Amino acid sequence: MAKMKSLVCRECGKEYPTKDIHVCELCFGPLEVKYDYDEIKTTISREKIEAGPKSLWRYIDLLPVEGQPTVGKYAGFTPLVRAHNLGAYLGIDELYIKNDCVNHPTLSFKDRVVAIALTRARELGFETVACASTGNLANSVAAHASSAGMKCYVFIPGDLEAAKVLGNLIYRPNVIEIEGTYDDVNRLCSEIAGERRWAFVNINVRPYYAEGSKTLAFETAEQLGWRAPDQVVVPMASGSLLTKIWKGLKEFEKLGLLDQVNTKVNGAQAEGCSPIATAYKNGRDFFKPVKPDTIAKSLAIGNPADGYYALKTVSESQGAMDSVTDDEVVEGIKLLAQTEGIFAETAGGVTIGVLRKLAKQGIIKKHDVTVAYITGNGLKTQEAVIDSVGRPIRIQPSLSHFTKKFELEEPA
Amino acid sequence: MAKLRFHIRYPEEKIPDPILYEIGQEFNVITSIRRADVRETTGWLDVEFTGEVDEIDNAISGLRDKGCIVDPIELNIVE
Repeated sequence: MAKMKSLVCRECGKEYPTKDIHVCELCFGPLEVKYDYDEIKTTISREKIEAGPKSLWRYIDLLPVEGQPTVGKYAGFTPLVRAHNLGAYLGIDELYIKNDCVNHPTLSFKDRVVAIALTRARELGFETVACASTGNLANSVAAHASSAGMKCYVFIPGDLEAAKVLGNLIYRPNVIEIEGTYDDVNRLCSEIAGERRWAFVNINVRPYYAEGSKTLAFETAEQLGWRAPDQVVVPMASGSLLTKIWKGLKEFEKLGLLDQVNTKVNGAQAEGCSPIATAYKNGRDFFKPVKPDTIAKSLAIGNPADGYYALKTVSESQGAMDSVTDDEVVEGIKLLAQTEGIFAETAGGVTIGVLRKLAKQGIIKKHDVTVAYITGNGLKTQEAVIDSVGRPIRIQPSLSHFTKKFELEEPA
Repeated sequence: MAKLRFHIRYPEEKIPDPILYEIGQEFNVITSIRRADVRETTGWLDVEFTGEVDEIDNAISGLRDKGCIVDPIELNIVE
C-alpha cells in the first residue's frame, strides 16, 4: 500500500518524492508528508489498531514508513493517567496526564520521533544518523542508533553540563563538542547536513521525524475510548509537537475514527523563552526570536522552526497560549509530583504551570475533558528542584526519637 | 562556488534600509530572495547566497554587524 503520496511544501504546495529532503527548492518553505487518505481509509479501523502492538507502531498506517518498523519497536503507548487529585486541586472534573516520562528507551517523547526517523532513515539507505541537541534528542538518537547498529554523531555545545554529556556517552556515539555559541552550533550542523550523506534527524529527515509526534494524539484519543479531548495543553519548543497533535486528531476525524474534533489546542512556554506565547499575547501572527534564559532547557528554542505554524494551529482550534516563570515551573513540577506521583522534567513544570493558569482564568472549564502532555522525566533535570524540595528528617536510631519527632502516640 | 540558504530577520529600526543591496555591494556574493515578509514592525527574508564559502561567511558577519539575526533556513535545529 502506497500510503505516502509525496512530500509537500507547507507554503507553496509544490510536491516532491518521499526522499531525504526537507526544504522546498522553489520557496525554501518546510516540507511535510502528504498521505493518500482514500487508500488508508480502506484498511484502517479501530479494531485493527486495538489488535496492534502495544507501541506507537499500532498506528503504522498513518506513519511515514514504507515497511515494518526496524528501530524503536517499543516506543510509545505510554499511560494516560486519570489525574483525580490534580484535577480536584485545579477544579477540572476530568483531567488526564499523558505520561511520556516513561517512554522507552530514554524517558522522553523524543523516543517517538526518533523511532520514526531512524526507521525511515534505514529505508532510505542511511547507515549513519546524527543530530544537534542539548539533551533529550541526543539521548534518544544515541540509544536508538546503538540498538540499531547504526553509526551516530551527536553535536553538542561546548558548555553543556557534564550529566547531559554522560547521558550521551554511555551509548558510545561520536559526541562532538563544538567550541562556539549556540548559533555557531546551529549553523555548522546545517552545513554538515548539506555536505554528508547522513540522516540528520531534525534536518534532512525532519518531515518524517516530526510525524512521530502525531502518535501522542492517536494514543490520547484511543485511550479516552475513541474520544477527542475538549482541551489539551502542550509544551512548545520548536512548536512542532503542538501542530502535530492537532494534525493527528484531525486525521482520525478525517478517517472516521473519531466522530468530531472540537479540541482546543493550548500552548505552554517558559517566560525566559516564550517567542510564540508572546506573539499570541500580542495578537501577532509572527514571532520575534529571543535569547533563551530559562531553567526549562528542553524548551529553550529562541527562533522556533514551527512557531508560525503553532500560532496558526492555536488560532484554528480556538485554543490559547501562556507562559510561566521559572519559579512557577518548579511549582508545577512539585504540584504534579505531590498530587499524582509523577516526577516530570522542567518542560512538564511548564505544562502544569500553564494548565494551572488556564484553569484559573476560566479558559479551561470545570467540565472540559482535558489532557496535559508531560514530555520528559524529572530524573533528567534534578538540578532544577534540588534547592526546593527540603531535606530528609534526621533522627537518632531509637524508637523513642522516631515517636517523639513525629508526635506519634506510643503503640498500645 | 557554494550555495547556502539563510533566514534573515531585520530589527524594526532597520526595515527601511536596503541592507541586502548593501551586502551585495560590499561582498562578492549573489543573493536570491525566495520568500519574504516585510511589514512596518517586522521583516524577514529567506535568501540563497552563492559565492565562495569564506565570502559568504563575511557577508553573514556583515549582516550581523548591521543588526540582523541570521539563522540557517531551518531556523533553530539544536533541540
